[in-house]
Amino acid sequence: MSSMPDHPIKSIDIVNKGLNRRYRAEKRFRRIGLGAVVISITFLSLLFISIIGRGHGAVFQTHMLLEIHFDPEIFIGVEAGAADYARLVKQALHAQFPDAATRGEKRALYGIVSSGAAFQLRHMVMEDPGLIGKRQSIWVSADDDVDMLIKGNLSAESGRLSENQLAWIERLQAQARLKKKFNTAFFTAGDSREPEQAGILGAASGSFFTLLITLMLSFPIGVATAIYLEEFAPKNRWTDLIEVNINNLAAVPSIVFGLLGLAVFLNAFGLPRSAPLVGGLVLTLMTLPTIIIASRASLQSVPPSIRDAALGIGASKMQMILHHVLPLAMPGMLTGTIIGMARALGETAPLLMIGMVAFIVDIPGGFTDPASALPVQIYLWADSPERAFEERTAAATMTLLLFLIVMNGFAVVLRKRLERRW
Amino acid sequence: MISPSNTLIALVLLTALAHYLGLRRAVAAAGGHAHVQKLHSRPVYYGMLTAMWCALPALLIYAGWQAFESYIITQLVVADLPVTMRDLSAAQLSLVVNDIKNMAGGTIVSGDVGPELKAAVAHYLQLRGIGNAALAAVVMGVAVIGLVGARARISTRMRARNKMERLILWLLAACSTIAVFTTVGIVLSVLYEAIRFFQAVSVTEFLFGLKWSPQMAIRADQVGSSGAFGAVPVVLGTLLIAGIAMAVAVPIGLMAAIYMSEYAGSRFRAVAKPLMEILAGVPTVVYGFFAALVVAPFIRAAGQAIGLDVASESALAAGLVMGIMIIPFVSSLSDDMITAVPQSLRDGAYGLGATPSETIRQVVLPAALPGIVGGILLAVSRAIGETMIVVMAAGLTANLTANPFKAVTTVTVQIVTLLVGDQEFDSPKTLAAFALGLLLFVITLGLNIIALQVVRRYREQYE
Repeated sequence: MSSMPDHPIKSIDIVNKGLNRRYRAEKRFRRIGLGAVVISITFLSLLFISIIGRGHGAVFQTHMLLEIHFDPEIFIGVEAGAADYARLVKQALHAQFPDAATRGEKRALYGIVSSGAAFQLRHMVMEDPGLIGKRQSIWVSADDDVDMLIKGNLSAESGRLSENQLAWIERLQAQARLKKKFNTAFFTAGDSREPEQAGILGAASGSFFTLLITLMLSFPIGVATAIYLEEFAPKNRWTDLIEVNINNLAAVPSIVFGLLGLAVFLNAFGLPRSAPLVGGLVLTLMTLPTIIIASRASLQSVPPSIRDAALGIGASKMQMILHHVLPLAMPGMLTGTIIGMARALGETAPLLMIGMVAFIVDIPGGFTDPASALPVQIYLWADSPERAFEERTAAATMTLLLFLIVMNGFAVVLRKRLERRW
Repeated sequence: MISPSNTLIALVLLTALAHYLGLRRAVAAAGGHAHVQKLHSRPVYYGMLTAMWCALPALLIYAGWQAFESYIITQLVVADLPVTMRDLSAAQLSLVVNDIKNMAGGTIVSGDVGPELKAAVAHYLQLRGIGNAALAAVVMGVAVIGLVGARARISTRMRARNKMERLILWLLAACSTIAVFTTVGIVLSVLYEAIRFFQAVSVTEFLFGLKWSPQMAIRADQVGSSGAFGAVPVVLGTLLIAGIAMAVAVPIGLMAAIYMSEYAGSRFRAVAKPLMEILAGVPTVVYGFFAALVVAPFIRAAGQAIGLDVASESALAAGLVMGIMIIPFVSSLSDDMITAVPQSLRDGAYGLGATPSETIRQVVLPAALPGIVGGILLAVSRAIGETMIVVMAAGLTANLTANPFKAVTTVTVQIVTLLVGDQEFDSPKTLAAFALGLLLFVITLGLNIIALQVVRRYREQYE
């Protein structure tokens, strides 16, 4: 044996020397990982906070109390529905603020009440013609600028309201004639150019009809495709082609489906523009891959013992699948369908292509009426310059998110309740 | 009133009747309820088969009629218009036809209505009435023939169940071809309009032109009458925004996936994972709203505070929010890939004394790399095809710049701006949207095919 050095360098020493550095690196790496998760969740909370912070105000709308005299004069010679109700509002305002003398001042005075007030009075008279000739205190919707001022979203110096108007508003406040009341219009009206009259019901019904078409088509077709591909399809070029197609369709940008809808459903087949029918067809093609993929996974998870048992007691292959495998796979298929529907509900781009982006005041009543959809309404309102529309955009977004959370929550519950572990 | 929807309702009722009659006939053929075991199949199959014979041929005729009715009637009405109107240009003629249809539908048409037009409307309504009646007669006739024929063939030896099952199999197979037809439909429709575009604008100008300003002159002598259709600035703008998005999403998504799969305890995962999934489920229009109203003003203000000139529709804002949208996508795909790496590789590394982070960086990540790259490619394709965020937060004019503080435009923004609103399908301006759509489809399809191949090959490696 040759002579050994006094202090032999052992590999454990090398390891120990670097150990602190390595532990530090370990900790740093771990912190970066945690940081990434925290950052994503921060983004999520920022998104929700900013939307709820902007949108919660739209639940209430500023109303003002007016002493309306249903002056019989304006009903002379006209039908009750065609009378000049705006004049009633103007008279009431005048009685309250006699100091508005010049034409400009009068116009400013009329501007603090929503133009929807006249429709409200008309509606009241149509319901109860006995009102004509009577006097009544009625809460009518204020103009959106007044609403924004009361909610503190608009500063008095912004110039949107004149000094006279500000003084009148102050007087109304002093007399307790201004109050924030539940914003029924937002939940029961269609779109409008006036923020205080604009509601989401039109867009929501458009979304409802669209999704109904999507559900009625994509669920049966998706399940049928999944059953065929999973249980019957022979392994050949043709079925390979179908499978590759489905996987690729799942990743095609949604706007391309919109182009397809525009070129095929609108231009070639001549279906009506802006109709939920066409929107539903386009979204069907878009959601099919999701449903097919989920349904196939669900079919795969049914254990072979069920199949063997069914075949063993003499069921045909079709009977085995339809009577035994399909019912067991159904919860998974439904979950996939709900998730696909939720995605379809939030989809906007293809609907822009097929014209569901028009300004539509009426609430659609069927599959071929012109309609918009909830996400499209958000897009339209987000473009509007009025400050009050920003609040409504955020509120519509909250509604959309609420629908999505309910749908996804339902899917989770369904999965938990009905899913069987084998 | 004979309307197509009423015909359909009648057909449904007749089908129900057919089911009942078929079932009754089968029971009768067996000699009463007590002897149904003489039948080859259970009676309900005979009923279903009769119903199918009643409904399916009639439905096919109905669908075919619906597809061609509008075209045929329009042609007949046009052929009957006075010569002066028939000689109008195609665009004007289509306007006239639109007027006729609107008036037939009860809508008031602007402008004065000539007697020819009124006659045409009456003619149109009359033809449609005849058409609806003929449709009802043919559909119901075919349904009754199917019903009677199928019912007559019912006997105890008829293999109703086997026939029914074969029919169901055919229906299932037919459903599965819809995916293929969708792809074919996308390719053909987009290609057809794109080819019409390339007849007006050369392919090389489109692919290599450096200027994009898609307006067409209303009059030929107008200043700046020729639009420019060079897609390069649009594509580069798309890549800039997608690049920013990936710069946000890849590090955060990947690190989040590593932490979730390798470090986090099950309690933490049970909370954090659903939260990340919510991020994935938020509709893109909501992200667009967030980008336009919160992020863009914030970045603009922050830029001004340090003396930078930031456009209000900067690429940075759109890219940043798009990145947030893609984080969960990257993280869930990377998570899959990391968990697919066999535990034995990790155990080997730990056995050699590596710390967890060393194991991850030097063993797990290299092993999972092909899968992660595939996942990132899928994310890139999603970023390129994303529409609403950029429509709401990115610019409209095409700037050839790599400065993230400037406004750029993207392929999807251009498609939307060109196609929303009134369109005329003979101007290159509208058709350009389809050329861009084709470009988008080809790029994303290419990325997807490569990514899916990479991912599949990677998965097979460890299976």
